Amino acid sequence: MLESTDLAAVWLTLKLAGVTTSLLLVLGTPIAWWLARTRSWWKGPVGALVALPIVLPPTVIGFYLLVALGPNGPGGQLTQALGLGLLPFTFAGLVVASVFYSLPFVVQPLQNAFEAMGDKPLEAAATLRASPLDAFFSVVLPLARPGYLTATVLGFAHTVGEFGVVLMIGGNIPNETRVVSVQIYDHVEAMEYAQAHGLAAGMVVFSFLVLLVLYTLNPTGRRK
Amino acid sequence: MLRITQLTMALLVLLGSQSALADEVQVAVAANFTAPMPRIAAEFEKDTGHKAILAFGATGKFYAQIKNGAPFQMLLAADDETPAKLEKEGLALAGSRFTYAIGRLVLWSATPGLVDDKGDVLKKGDFSKLALANPKLAPYGAAAVEVLTKLGVLGAVQPKFVQGENIAQTWQFIGTGNADLGFIALSQVSKDGKISSGSAWVVPGHLHTPIRQDAVILNNGKGNPAAEALAKYLKGDKARAIIKAYGYEY
Repeated sequence: MLESTDLAAVWLTLKLAGVTTSLLLVLGTPIAWWLARTRSWWKGPVGALVALPIVLPPTVIGFYLLVALGPNGPGGQLTQALGLGLLPFTFAGLVVASVFYSLPFVVQPLQNAFEAMGDKPLEAAATLRASPLDAFFSVVLPLARPGYLTATVLGFAHTVGEFGVVLMIGGNIPNETRVVSVQIYDHVEAMEYAQAHGLAAGMVVFSFLVLLVLYTLNPTGRRK
Repeated sequence: MLRITQLTMALLVLLGSQSALADEVQVAVAANFTAPMPRIAAEFEKDTGHKAILAFGATGKFYAQIKNGAPFQMLLAADDETPAKLEKEGLALAGSRFTYAIGRLVLWSATPGLVDDKGDVLKKGDFSKLALANPKLAPYGAAAVEVLTKLGVLGAVQPKFVQGENIAQTWQFIGTGNADLGFIALSQVSKDGKISSGSAWVVPGHLHTPIRQDAVILNNGKGNPAAEALAKYLKGDKARAIIKAYGYEY
């Protein structure tokens, strides 16, 4: 039922979600750590900034990225000066956009996990003369594992479900920016309902399974 | 109980006030007609007292919505196929179809001097991204592919394609400079008969099949005097003057 272009879109989407989630786990950890521990006045503004993509319509994010990353925008001038060219209409551009778009879905579960563990495990580790780095890898990471699971699953799933942002800066290029959600939209617009159903049903099943895994493996709070 | 009664009363008042303004027509309008239609609707209201309520979007999406019970009473499509299809499927009034505008395609760049007035820039190929509307979905995109095929440059420029979902998004790609140039509707960059900014090549009509944009009265509009009046008004001199000023023929 799925054509080769559909399969290409599926593969591209998984690749985009995989790269984005990996980057977000690396970038999100220090941000979440800082947000969980700081008493700085900046905690409020930074937390709000991180959460913005939850409430902003994706078209707003996409539109501003298109303008900012374009040849006349600050981001576009920076990437051109660095010899990277322009990001819109490229896979790299979608990764940058998705990192913004899915940031809160990774940072917030991590932040919650870091906040929930409190100061005691770290103090205990310090009395055992663990270096802060050692304490982070041998105490914090294992304790925050449910948070990391939630962050990974939500970051991945949210990127798979991305549509508005990709539509605005993607340009619908096969194997580069044409992800599943855009492909479904095209099928619907072209009145190819059979193909649309094939992909759309796949998305429903995938999303359900992902959330099922999350809620089964990680019944947040209930076991405490 | 009292609250339910009050709610019912409020609903009745709302419904009643709507039927008192019966001479309104809900029109679904193709995205490329976004600029001229509000002006036509304003004149229409001034001249006839009827009000046209406009919704803009992609013709394919309107088709799906109309099929699934959208309350539109009239469709101004971007093509001639969708209205014909709606009529054949019994969703539009038989015999109400007519061509309200014939679209002109333009190769446009926001950069002055990039596009020459013969379109030779396509053969030289010194640009990195060419935007067009998705040819599968948008008549203007399909026409652009026809032009490129006729000029014998399709193979050479295809790797530089970036596709908008519709003509409005395609304009956005070019307008923000993310695409160097692209094919859009003349109506989008034409103001009072002139190209308003950047550089452009108005593609000669013989390079592609005419982009006939048809309108049709939908089943919901049956017996609505405002729908019939708008159909008549669109064929009149005043509307046609506006249509022409935005770069369409008829």
